[in-house]
Amino acid sequence: MNPLLKSILSPQFVFAIIRVTTPLLFAAIGVAISVLSGSINIGLEGIMLISAFFGVIISAFTGSLVLALIGGILVGIGMGALLGYFHLKLKADIIIAAIALNMFASGITIFFLYIFTHDKGTSSSVKSLIFPSLQIPIIKEIPILGEIISGHNVLTYFALVSVALFYYLIYKTSLGLRIRAVGQNPDAAESVGVNINKIKLYSLLLSGFFGSLGGLYLSMGYVSWFSRDMTAGRGFIAIAAAALGGNFPLGTFLGALFFGIVNAIAIYIAPLEIPSEFIHSLPYFVTVVALAVYSIRLSRRKKILSKKEEI
Amino acid sequence: MEKFILKYFNLIRVAIAILIGIIISVCIIYIISKEPGISLKSLFLGPLLSKSRFGNFIETASPIIFCGLAIAIPFQAGQFNIGAEGALFIGAVVGTAFGVSTSMPAFLHIPLVLLVAGLTGAFWGFIPGFLKAKWNTSELVISLMLNYVAYFIGLYLINFHFRDKAAGYLVSYKLPETAWLVQFIPGTRIHVGVIISLGFAVLVYYFLYHTTLGYEIRTSGFNINFARFGGINVFKVIIIAQVIGGFIAAIGGMTEVMGVHRRFNWQLSPGYGWDGVVVAIIGRNNPLLIILSSLFLAYLRVGGRILNLLSDIPSEMITVIQSIIILLITAEAFLANWKYKITVREAKAKEVGNEPST
Amino acid sequence: MGNILSLKNIVKIYPNGVMANKEVSVDIEENTIHAIVGENGAGKSTLMKIIFGEEAPQEGEIYYKGKKVNIKNSLDAIKMGIGMVHQQLMLAPDLTVAENLILGIEPLRYGVFLDLKKITKLTEESSKKFGFKIPLNKKTRDLSIGIRQRVEILKVLMRNAELIILDEPTSVLTPQETEVLFKSLKDLKHHGKTIIFISHKLKEVKLIADKVTVMRDGKVISTNDVNQLDEHMIAHMMVGRKINFKRIPGAKKVGDPLFTVKNLSYLNEENIYVLKNINFEVKAGEILGVAGVDGNGQTELVEILTGLREATSGQIFIREEDVSRFSPREIREEKVAHIPEDRMKNGVAEHTTIEENIIVDRYYQDHFSNKNLFLDWKYISKSSEELIKKFKILTPSSKAAILSLSGGNIQKVVVARELSSNPRIIIAAQPTRGIDVGSEELIHNLLKDARDNGIAIFLVSADLDEVLKLSTRIIVIYNGEIVARFDDVNDITQRDLGPYMLGVKKKGE
Repeated sequence: MNPLLKSILSPQFVFAIIRVTTPLLFAAIGVAISVLSGSINIGLEGIMLISAFFGVIISAFTGSLVLALIGGILVGIGMGALLGYFHLKLKADIIIAAIALNMFASGITIFFLYIFTHDKGTSSSVKSLIFPSLQIPIIKEIPILGEIISGHNVLTYFALVSVALFYYLIYKTSLGLRIRAVGQNPDAAESVGVNINKIKLYSLLLSGFFGSLGGLYLSMGYVSWFSRDMTAGRGFIAIAAAALGGNFPLGTFLGALFFGIVNAIAIYIAPLEIPSEFIHSLPYFVTVVALAVYSIRLSRRKKILSKKEEI
Repeated sequence: MEKFILKYFNLIRVAIAILIGIIISVCIIYIISKEPGISLKSLFLGPLLSKSRFGNFIETASPIIFCGLAIAIPFQAGQFNIGAEGALFIGAVVGTAFGVSTSMPAFLHIPLVLLVAGLTGAFWGFIPGFLKAKWNTSELVISLMLNYVAYFIGLYLINFHFRDKAAGYLVSYKLPETAWLVQFIPGTRIHVGVIISLGFAVLVYYFLYHTTLGYEIRTSGFNINFARFGGINVFKVIIIAQVIGGFIAAIGGMTEVMGVHRRFNWQLSPGYGWDGVVVAIIGRNNPLLIILSSLFLAYLRVGGRILNLLSDIPSEMITVIQSIIILLITAEAFLANWKYKITVREAKAKEVGNEPST
Repeated sequence: MGNILSLKNIVKIYPNGVMANKEVSVDIEENTIHAIVGENGAGKSTLMKIIFGEEAPQEGEIYYKGKKVNIKNSLDAIKMGIGMVHQQLMLAPDLTVAENLILGIEPLRYGVFLDLKKITKLTEESSKKFGFKIPLNKKTRDLSIGIRQRVEILKVLMRNAELIILDEPTSVLTPQETEVLFKSLKDLKHHGKTIIFISHKLKEVKLIADKVTVMRDGKVISTNDVNQLDEHMIAHMMVGRKINFKRIPGAKKVGDPLFTVKNLSYLNEENIYVLKNINFEVKAGEILGVAGVDGNGQTELVEILTGLREATSGQIFIREEDVSRFSPREIREEKVAHIPEDRMKNGVAEHTTIEENIIVDRYYQDHFSNKNLFLDWKYISKSSEELIKKFKILTPSSKAAILSLSGGNIQKVVVARELSSNPRIIIAAQPTRGIDVGSEELIHNLLKDARDNGIAIFLVSADLDEVLKLSTRIIVIYNGEIVARFDDVNDITQRDLGPYMLGVKKKGE
């Protein structure tokens, strides 16, 4: 058997896919919620980064995983609130404001990293905690399947649960209904008494919540330290993942999974002859093509609609 | 006074935002630094205190100016193309590839290498431009994605085809000397590219405000319906603005390679594209103001580096400060109340003045 | 039966000084269909916005079910039992019908979760109760306009509206859809609802309404039982003001046809024919006026004539040349000038200077630029300053921003640009809308001079006075069709045009 094929068909490979998909999935859900409300949040990069950092620092200084979790989530939500405040209250362009917040996060994390550890690269000099992995009883005994499914980080399992949460939130709660309505036709929502700014703010806060979990996973699960700019563009990939999936729960999941698979392949074939750079660029390239095809179809549909009765 | 404030309100707003940023940095330094005097001096005077640092300051400004211009042109056309980073990267890669694989006299080599880089960047701007003009695809997301495509393809090209295996890390072969931009002030790395960047700023200014195409770009950006109504070919304008942006960004990347490193040595994307967004916003997309805002940003950057070196404050404080400044500048309602009050007062004063005196 | 709503002496003045409602008093009787008719700008929409809490009146009182009320916003109105179906339908396209229906009044379980069973039950019951056949689980995007409108009405009903305002509901509907709507409205009346129905179409008013209120110039002219009036009487009341203008002297030298339109039709994205088989020609030295209530296809017609929109079928000729597929630039190159109906949307870029606005159609020509490369700002300033003088534009300099000018002066900038382009055809849409009397007079004189210089002018205006004052010949457009042509306009009055504009009469062609 071809060694590449063999390694790709191994349970470890599928395990790796799930591992690398986790942070993307959290971030993509964060992006998708914001897009559904009509205010795209391209600040997930910064949200993840800042949560990753504070999770590590808090756990290192307090020794409490719970406090780290709470702290990390709160700063993530705080970033969402900040974006909401500047966009909704101070009328800043949401894209530029998010770009600024990404810079802010990159700067402030390294700034404090240096203050706390006198190191600008990583937090490895302080002892921080990680979230535990779960061995699922019974399932872990099943050959192959057990190897794939069991033994992941708790946050990975929560990422999968988050897809369901996202689904329930969007389709089964009044907040979700209102988020969708505001995104699709703000006037319509306002005309029945829905407060648009409030709903948009909520969606940005939720966006921050999911983003913060992605960040916490990165520094306290995926690896066990914080390093500068460790999100490495995952917040932007998330935009693409969500866009590929039409910003819907299942689609967003599949979009994130797609990028996860590609990344995992890139990791696995690194020792092989195919240049890994090609594989790494594939997700972005595919996004460009997919978005182009999507908009071509959209404009065709409009044209057909207006020409239908000409004949 | 109040009339003055109204007339220059936007500039004053920017100045106040910058001032707030500076005040915050002074506060941070006082809180954290054990020797605030030295820290303050390093940050605010550092770049002026030695020849080489001053050189650093100037040479850092150059690619930022290029990227500011590259972002400003699509912005002026109403296009949110933030792909300067990718155009710069891929342009520099292809330009370097061309440079190391050809040999000819300098007067041909330099412009040709720049041209190859520029055309590559232009193609990088064409993709989102065309997709937007033809099918209304979001240029923001496309250009963002293309930044990554540029990064990985660029790395691939260098790694597999132009890598100098003699060097310990991932760099390209050195450019032949015929493709070097001269560093013309001894003791610094200030190179001809700096002058080219200033030249480009003036050119772009002239282009935007004194040519018909520049007029078409600005008019489309201000009101695309009006442009279409007046007979301007908006399809063409949307594409061209982004093509020119890509071209300029790539030239910026290439001059940096030809003037400073003399070989391609970026393992990470250098981030100038994002700086370009920053300076374009601070400079209100005006090329001449972009020179100033780029110098300002470069000054802070180099000051920050010196601060980092000589004191206990990390240079990333500058990134934090610049993000706060941008947030304040882009927040339309920031100081709007103040302006409104002055406007009302002015209007009232006018009315009183107009009443016939009995 | 008592009055469900009484308005007493409502006065509404907008910040720009326009008095939209002048001491308006209307009583709406319970369980009736009450039509409110009037020309554009008669104040109907403002009055409806006041009832629905979207605008606050300066003076006057509102009584609802006998009690004096203060309606601060639309939520107040909804809570009181007033509902409004806007002309622009207020639906989220990717939500299902049921979701749109219960938005804002979602029944919940545990305070957060949508109670889907209850939602299904509620929406099904309501649609059954009012006899609305609507696919509740389809996305509204996939429904036709007529059905979407019914969703909107049901939405209002589900909020327990007793009084329902419909703002020109038939303007977007096909005749068949209109029939269905009317049947529903009659059913609603049987359910005890009261309906206020705004319309321009007097036939429809006769068909469906019990009472009709005529508004004109912000005032109520009369409120009557519909069966006491016929369509002609209503039309006369709507347009029958005193003649307060003098016709410009007739055209002297009318030449050959310059501009010819043949069998022009346009089908919009909603699959409705906005223009049907339009034919006309404009001769050199004449003004062809198009009379018609706004929204009868004029906007689309002008956009097609100027290359901004593509016709579905038909041809446009300038002399013998077919210009149907020309771009806006190519049309302008044929010496066609265009005064757009919405000057802020199409006519200017408000954040730029006067001169930058003036050159938009000529910046590439000789003198203004060097071989379409470099702009000559000196020449541009000089020629702009000349136009500012000639057209009496009030501004400190040609470098002042458009934003700093008044509406009348902005329109003068537009007119200055278009008339100075040396045109042989001028397409003028609403050339004096919303500007002061002085500017209006100036623009009218300019159009007359242009006509006398042998230019063919196509004038579209919802202001009947303007059409009558300027036109050499008049065509009337209604529902996308030319319904009347008047070649001799000397003895024509508003009363002659009114019935055609309002769809009461149609001339056999």
